[in-house]
Amino acid sequence: MDFLGTTSLGLLRAVPVTVLLFLASALGASLVAAVLVAMQQARVTQGLARAWIFVFRGTPLLLQIFMVYYGIAALGPIRHGFLWPAFREPLFCAWLAMTCCCSAYIAEVLRGALGAIPVGQIEAALACGMGRWTRLRLIVAPQVLRLALPAYGNELVMMIKSTSLASSITVLDVTGVAQQVIAHSYRTLDVFCLAAAVYLGMTAALTAVLRRIERSLDPLGSARR
Amino acid sequence: MDAELSVPALLGFGADGWGWALMAAAGLTLAVALAAMAIGAVLGAALAAAEASRRVWLVRIAATYGLVMRGVPELLVVLLLYFGAPGMLAGVAGLFGLPAPGSPPAFLTGSLAIGLVSAAYQAEVFRGGMLALPRGQIEAAMAAGMGPVVRLRRVILPQVLHHVLPPLGNIWQFNLKDSALVSITGLAELMRVSLVAAGSTRRPFVFFAAAMVLYLILTSASSALFRMIERRGSRWAGGR
Repeated sequence: MDFLGTTSLGLLRAVPVTVLLFLASALGASLVAAVLVAMQQARVTQGLARAWIFVFRGTPLLLQIFMVYYGIAALGPIRHGFLWPAFREPLFCAWLAMTCCCSAYIAEVLRGALGAIPVGQIEAALACGMGRWTRLRLIVAPQVLRLALPAYGNELVMMIKSTSLASSITVLDVTGVAQQVIAHSYRTLDVFCLAAAVYLGMTAALTAVLRRIERSLDPLGSARR
Repeated sequence: MDAELSVPALLGFGADGWGWALMAAAGLTLAVALAAMAIGAVLGAALAAAEASRRVWLVRIAATYGLVMRGVPELLVVLLLYFGAPGMLAGVAGLFGLPAPGSPPAFLTGSLAIGLVSAAYQAEVFRGGMLALPRGQIEAAMAAGMGPVVRLRRVILPQVLHHVLPPLGNIWQFNLKDSALVSITGLAELMRVSLVAAGSTRRPFVFFAAAMVLYLILTSASSALFRMIERRGSRWAGGR
């Protein structure tokens, strides 16, 4: 009982690390994804955006994390350059890899939502004499946000789970602390079940928040059923 | 001394090259993903059937399984099976008065872990597929005297396949990438071998880039294959 108590406390103390990594990469990935979608609209930058999405969706996140932490950080210009203080930190490397990886998935979600907006609406906005930014602000963005939310929410849940990979490059998040406790105590089953419960709590909380936002964006309940 | 080797020599098939090792590792990655997909298909079908049953406790078990497996990181499941399996096996063996069998092969625990997660997602897909098929058709097929195999081949699959294949393709892609997590069990799949090569040659960038290319080949080749099957599968559905 005493062991389980102290372990739970230790795991809960690691929650801020996991949440920080999640929030920072969710923010970064969403921004990069918006840029990627914008790039896909112009012919010149389309290829680069496509290549980015192809590479980051087609390779495992674990490999990308190792690539940043061990691969890129070992290159001369990084190792001896001004970026070294950042690349020395495993948390920064995990954040960078997660931002790049998840931006590719989120870009696909946003692109799908963008494609679901009827062309007639854009034409109507043009006919009303709306400029590019007015169109984006009043017609496109509000609808993309609502259409993309369910799939975007799924990506966010995936991201919470993906933060556990940061433990492989010595970040002491919930999974990292769990592995540490097991290395000391050899009590595998109970520690992992506690860690699983912590993650379940986080994903359940996120899902509840998302459902609430979804409902507030859709007051008439048209999307339900 | 190793740092002097050129990139082609490092990745080549010569004496100092890691070419063959990387190829074999990519094959093992594919094998892990295939095994996980198969385990996930069997368990996922069982879960979908449980969720469609009239017994409340079966529905609850299946729903809870899905909730837990989709809410817990895959890495945690792999770690749990890797570290926990020997103890669990010893416990089971102990019940029958047998000596502890030691740890099971890494391939088995690894693909089982990925498969257990995959099952939760595949169950959702199968459930959706079954909803797409009106019940009356099954009843009609039974009334026409079709056995379960004929029913599946002639009535269910042609109509459900084109609903089920695209999401199954997505799950396959996730399995392929999740197989990298099995590297922590020491199984010599692509992630593990590139780590070992990176460590022993001290050229991590080269080997991680090579592994990325191999993963990209695996994912894009299999997605092309899935698209081909999808096109065949939608022949009967009036697809494009």
